[in-house]
Amino acid sequence: MTRYLARRLAFALFLVVAVSSASFVLARLAPGDFVTESLGSQASRQAIERERARFGLDKSIAAQYRAWLAAAVRLDFGRSMQYDRPVSDLIPERAANTAILALAALLLATAVGLPLGIVTGSRPGGVIPSTIRSASLVLLSMPPLLTSLLLVFIAARTGWLPIAGMRSASVPAAGAALDLLHHLVLPAAAIALPLAAMMERLQAQAMTEVVGEPFVRAALARGVPRSRVIWRGALKAALRPVAGVFGLVIGTLFSGSFAVEVITAWPGLGNLMLQALRARDIYLVAGCAGAGAIFLAFGTMVSDLALAAVDPRASETRSDEGSAP
Amino acid sequence: MLGTALVAIGVTAAAAAPVLAPHAPDERFAGMLNAPPTLPHLVGDDGSWHAPFVYRWRLVNQLEQQYEEDRSQRVPLAWLSQGHVIQSSDEVNAPLLLLGADSFGRDVFTRLMFGARISLGLAATAALGAVLAGTLLGGLAGYAGGALDDVLMRATDFVMVLPAMYVALALRAVLPLVLTPSEVFFLLAGIFAVVGAPFVARGVRAIVRTERRLEYAVAAEALGATSARLLLRHLLPAARGFVAVEVTLLVPAFIVAEATLSYVGLGFPDPIASWGTMLHDASTNIRVFADFPWLLSPAVAMFLVVLGLNLVLQGDRSAAAFAPEALRRTSP
Repeated sequence: MTRYLARRLAFALFLVVAVSSASFVLARLAPGDFVTESLGSQASRQAIERERARFGLDKSIAAQYRAWLAAAVRLDFGRSMQYDRPVSDLIPERAANTAILALAALLLATAVGLPLGIVTGSRPGGVIPSTIRSASLVLLSMPPLLTSLLLVFIAARTGWLPIAGMRSASVPAAGAALDLLHHLVLPAAAIALPLAAMMERLQAQAMTEVVGEPFVRAALARGVPRSRVIWRGALKAALRPVAGVFGLVIGTLFSGSFAVEVITAWPGLGNLMLQALRARDIYLVAGCAGAGAIFLAFGTMVSDLALAAVDPRASETRSDEGSAP
Repeated sequence: MLGTALVAIGVTAAAAAPVLAPHAPDERFAGMLNAPPTLPHLVGDDGSWHAPFVYRWRLVNQLEQQYEEDRSQRVPLAWLSQGHVIQSSDEVNAPLLLLGADSFGRDVFTRLMFGARISLGLAATAALGAVLAGTLLGGLAGYAGGALDDVLMRATDFVMVLPAMYVALALRAVLPLVLTPSEVFFLLAGIFAVVGAPFVARGVRAIVRTERRLEYAVAAEALGATSARLLLRHLLPAARGFVAVEVTLLVPAFIVAEATLSYVGLGFPDPIASWGTMLHDASTNIRVFADFPWLLSPAVAMFLVVLGLNLVLQGDRSAAAFAPEALRRTSP
């Protein structure tokens, strides 16, 4: 297990280094640089040269990359040119915003998707289950880009929710946390809706399989109330496949949040990366890409660990003991 | 059934855009900036029936871009005129704007149809590229095994865990912002194909690996079939069902990816109509959501096509069941 974990960590580290290096070099190779973008065409040559030297843009790509890598090993990821702040200051702040959004969406999707999946999976017929199933199919066809456009449209027409940003300009009397929550609803729902639909489908599938198993029928025959069998016994068995995809979802959450962040102006990592790319702020580009890779590597690692944890051969006895009331 | 119909409508609209659409995609109507849709009417103000007609829009507030129907005269629609199926009979003053006009005064309905060519064409091209590359690599890896298999699978591992959206953004941002539309098209198709190919490659590899051990493959080999024949005639056809499912999964993802990139201004340049560039208006002008909602119609089109593909996937259980079938066959 330790060796496996070490290998995974080494691969993740390699991934982070490769992604941030590649985006550093790519962003550096791109035509134009931060100085020409920010000073404009009116600037004198001396001013341009001076600014270039200040940011280290006067060196060759190879020399600049070496300098950046050498500094990065000492956890100095350079200074953002447009914010004039260290990248290592800026990224955690924005990454936290993305994490808040992703976590809220994940919680919302789980809280909505799983119970609905249990309902539809445990009784295939009926009006309610088939309505839920159709709703899921519709929502599955709406990636976060479309749900966020729809929700912003609704919010703009009705004025129920703030449509952009993370905080109000002036914090209202109700307090900062409530204000944040108010802003969080729309982007989190935009990510959570398709995700909840996916979870509902997965849970329903797992549930349908489990409900057909002999132990469920045996429990029903012994006179255990149906709701108790479904919500206690069958649920525990059916949770395994869903737990397996949970980590995978963390990865998709992160890429899904890009469109939502841009549309709802949520100050997260995706928005920061976009700004950095537009301004040719290469240190920030490399930092954002690296942080994105960390997110994804973390997600896939969690998913692998979760899969190992729910592997029947490894956890059969343990989970059976756990299910006794 | 509904799914096939939705996809067919999208493809037809794309293919027949020059004839079906009332205008050219870059035709601008001065004084019609952000004009609302002109609904075809059948009953006039006098309560009597007429051939389909529209009312012209009169700008009542230049600053707010508010329009009012000029109900004083009916503008009848002209069928099959000037190479278009339907147009207004007075194109200069009262153009037929079935879905309104955008901020340049261009017909949204027309651009939606021409946009389908770019959006659906790009997604289909990219999916084709991903499937070709993925099948080739997966087939090779599964057939050859050993070191080649290891290297190829490590490579797919690597691409699959990359933050795809960030890679696409970074790759797109490297190139000059001003590229010709066809350069952007093939560039984006290439990027998408590279990101999508590993998913195809992994599945094809698994299928080829398991099929290879089955009697019919062993028999073909014993009868002297060459590797190429064995792979192309016998093993890869076994992956057909899986590949078909992958295509219906990749195309929606690519449609949305193009839209996202164009929405943030890193996709196609503006005069080109794609569903993403059409949504770009919404990113710069918040009034789009509240006052000009017809500019969001590309999002609806995207939803309908993706829903159609999902319904096709749901209905086509034989295809969906095929891939796991091939995997299950080895266990006994």
